[in-house]
Amino acid sequence: MIELIDLSLLLFLAVVAVVVVRLTNLFAVVLVMGFYSLVAAALFTVLDAVDVAFTEAAVGAGISTVIMLAALLLTTSEEKPQPVRVMPFVVVLFTGAALIFATLDMPHYGDPEAPIHKHVAPRYIEDSAREIGVPNIVTSVLASYRGYDTLGETAVIFTAGVGVLMLIGRALRFRDSDAKDDA
Amino acid sequence: MNDQIILRVISKMFIPFILLFALYVQFHGDFGPGGGFQAGVIFAAAFVLYGLVFGVEAAKRVAHPAILQWCVAMGLLIYAGTGMAGILLGGNFLDYGVLDSHDPVHGQHLGILLVEFGVGMTVAAVMITTFLCFAGRRPS
Repeated sequence: MIELIDLSLLLFLAVVAVVVVRLTNLFAVVLVMGFYSLVAAALFTVLDAVDVAFTEAAVGAGISTVIMLAALLLTTSEEKPQPVRVMPFVVVLFTGAALIFATLDMPHYGDPEAPIHKHVAPRYIEDSAREIGVPNIVTSVLASYRGYDTLGETAVIFTAGVGVLMLIGRALRFRDSDAKDDA
Repeated sequence: MNDQIILRVISKMFIPFILLFALYVQFHGDFGPGGGFQAGVIFAAAFVLYGLVFGVEAAKRVAHPAILQWCVAMGLLIYAGTGMAGILLGGNFLDYGVLDSHDPVHGQHLGILLVEFGVGMTVAAVMITTFLCFAGRRPS
């Protein structure tokens, strides 16, 4: 039953991805991309990665759709027709086949003997309740054990925000003349 | 969307609950799924909804650009400052255990609370800023 859900979600994901590539109306592309994120979030939930699913649903399906729509205001909503090219398609097919071939060597999903479960994960699972005392191990790994990484991620978001402010920050100024803001 | 009375009323009803849910996700992240990233985005979503329904100029008056820009930097400063506090109290950078002199576990709780708050602040402010910047521009 679980395999059936996994398979249908994955199939759905592939179909949506093909639809995104085929569509030329950018407005529809943005909406279908949001749908793609929602299916991905559902897939993450089935894989028990609820924190990742939460982020995907909030960021991918929610806010980035709105921001892409806002960005569409500044450009046309129709993609220019592109000639069908064979070589990129062959490269994509070849890369995809190589990736699928590589998964044959990977440990099975949920295998307790997989290398990823042998490295630092046992220590986090065994000691985090005593050392950090937070029931959600994801939070203790994210904010404490891997605090440097999260600091870096926050710095990336900060840099993105500063970049937007420097490029098009003038749009933040008030339009009415009585409240001029020169920040 | 000045003529869309149903949208306006429903959005007004929903926005407080979206903000409340964001705060729940922010401060309940220790116990369930969630944390600063998700909470920041949900918090920003409330402002985005307000901006979509009531207009970007109205949203700018609620989320004042000067305060937004201050929040963008302040969140990261809170995070890094929590790390520096660890050094000043005799530990390593981002070592929260020393934040409480009696119990390292309490220090960890305090540290995680502070850094998640910093993450949420920066993420929310950056998302609102990005939305207002893009939606506030007119094609030239």
